[in-house]
Amino acid sequence: MPGDLPLSSAAASFEGLAQEPGVPKRDSVLVVDKVTRTFGGLAAVDVDHLEIQRGGITGLIGPNGAGKTTLFNLMTGFDRPDTGSWSYNGGSLSGVPAHLVARRGVVRTFQLTKALAKLSVIENMKLGATKQRGEKFLRALVPPTWRPQEIDIEARADDLLVRFKLDTKRDDYAGELSGGQRKLLEMARALMSQPEVVMLDEPMAGVNPALTQSLLGHVKDLRAEGMTVVFVEHDMDVVRDISDWVVVMAAGKIIAEGPPDQIMANRQVIDAYLGAHHDAALTIEDEDRQLADDKGTAS
Amino acid sequence: MDFNSIVTNGLQAFVGLDAVYFALLAIGLNIHFGYAGLLNFGQVGFAAVGAYGVAMSVTTFHLPFAVGVAIGLLAGVALALLLGLPTLRLRADYLAIATIAASEILRLCFRSVALSKWTGGSDGLNQFANTFANLNPFTPGAKYGFGPFVFSAPDTWSLLVGWTLVGLCVLLVFLLMRSPWGRVLKAIREDEDAARSLGKNVYWYKMQALILGGVIGSLGGMFDAAQTQSVQPDNYGTTITFFAYAVLILGGAARVLGPVLGAMIFWFLLSITETVLGQLVSNGYITFITSSQAGKVRFMLVGLGLILLMVFRPQGIFGNRREIALDAR
Repeated sequence: MPGDLPLSSAAASFEGLAQEPGVPKRDSVLVVDKVTRTFGGLAAVDVDHLEIQRGGITGLIGPNGAGKTTLFNLMTGFDRPDTGSWSYNGGSLSGVPAHLVARRGVVRTFQLTKALAKLSVIENMKLGATKQRGEKFLRALVPPTWRPQEIDIEARADDLLVRFKLDTKRDDYAGELSGGQRKLLEMARALMSQPEVVMLDEPMAGVNPALTQSLLGHVKDLRAEGMTVVFVEHDMDVVRDISDWVVVMAAGKIIAEGPPDQIMANRQVIDAYLGAHHDAALTIEDEDRQLADDKGTAS
Repeated sequence: MDFNSIVTNGLQAFVGLDAVYFALLAIGLNIHFGYAGLLNFGQVGFAAVGAYGVAMSVTTFHLPFAVGVAIGLLAGVALALLLGLPTLRLRADYLAIATIAASEILRLCFRSVALSKWTGGSDGLNQFANTFANLNPFTPGAKYGFGPFVFSAPDTWSLLVGWTLVGLCVLLVFLLMRSPWGRVLKAIREDEDAARSLGKNVYWYKMQALILGGVIGSLGGMFDAAQTQSVQPDNYGTTITFFAYAVLILGGAARVLGPVLGAMIFWFLLSITETVLGQLVSNGYITFITSSQAGKVRFMLVGLGLILLMVFRPQGIFGNRREIALDAR
């Protein structure tokens, strides 16, 4: 059981794995096989094989247009691939619609945060709970059939709000929250469904540095509670800080896998990000000029 | 100027039969547009199938009135399924296009010569609701009511039934929208993908909402047909849908009582402007329009009023300012 793993074992479960694309993991929760998705002539995703280790934090990185979000969409049922299959806990997820994927325990967040603006924060949270009796039409008309469950859900929602420091915003509209708070709310809301796998699409985008630290803490907490986390991120410091394992995509393919420190030194990865000739030496004058420019744009 | 008749007519329209009809249409639209975010531009089509369902059952097929009512409601469900199945998986715009087209197709079918054997063509059908009229417990010829609210026996009966229906529908919406079911609906209005990512079957909820609001629209159409004892195809033009939208926006969308109060105020205003303009023309205060033109001018005035309302109070009379302000962010 994932919950029984001690904290340190998340990293340990990756130890000694070969650092090559598509390497089999010791205990895979998600397995992707020969999945392709083309938009017109462009092969947005062309993944031969990918396994996600249970109970670990896997970072998915790659330059813009590498197909990370498309892969997310495919795995969570928001898009359909041209070919290929993928499975979750050994059961096929191919062709399963998005809402059923979520009910099975794979929940996702979005790159552009989807807070439900005209619902209060607490209503947003309560929406996340699954198997709600009051969501059936006829039962909705008879409050006693769903009220007890609603009270449980609300208590759970309030606990999560305290943990994510949103309890003071409880009765505000989600649309009144700041960008960072919306990210927090989206993550907390996803947890309401008690998922096994959490897929975060750029959880730190547009979040101020102070809030980034708290978000990072929350992501690590998910792992501590035995959940599997897959996330897309551009900020390399974040990736280095929290990932146990990093998967690199470029032009739809997986080009490298490995622990964060090694992967950032990987020749292929650097080339994919920066181009093959990025490391022609700068003169001191060039560097000073760039620094000055950076300062100019920052202020 | 006869101020007494201005006020009396206005107050009678405030609780009148048109207010009931449009309150029902707008309660249905409120479920579609206010809560689920579905752009239904063919609410009159639901009213038409309800009205013709009961009228044709009784007149053409000689079925009992009660069976006709059931058929009218089922026709509303059928129309919702027909419109929803192909369009609810698509973006909201497609439902809008399909519904406005469907309501016009229905009107043209009902008035077509080929089908007139069943539908009565452009003359429509009459005298199919005698069962409804015979149930009237009030003494014919007597007047009922108090103060300015005095109505004939048939109208009193219709108003009693009508406001009871409105009350029941309001109760239904109230119960649904404070339940988790209503929460899912509102979530879908805000963002379909977010609802989907949390395990909600968006398509099915949208379908339920379309059926429910459509059936309430059919109920409105049936009520109107039963109390006037007539259906005529040209009474089911697109203007009715847009009046219902005006009513909904006037009262405040996504508010339980918004459509009801909107309908009352809408007909109150139409009545007041009509009587005032009519009297001004007939008493010679206004000379540049005729009294028949005054009937059109009142719609301009009410339209102007709606525009001003949208500028200064975009949430409608009973809407929530804070909620509307979120759209501007």
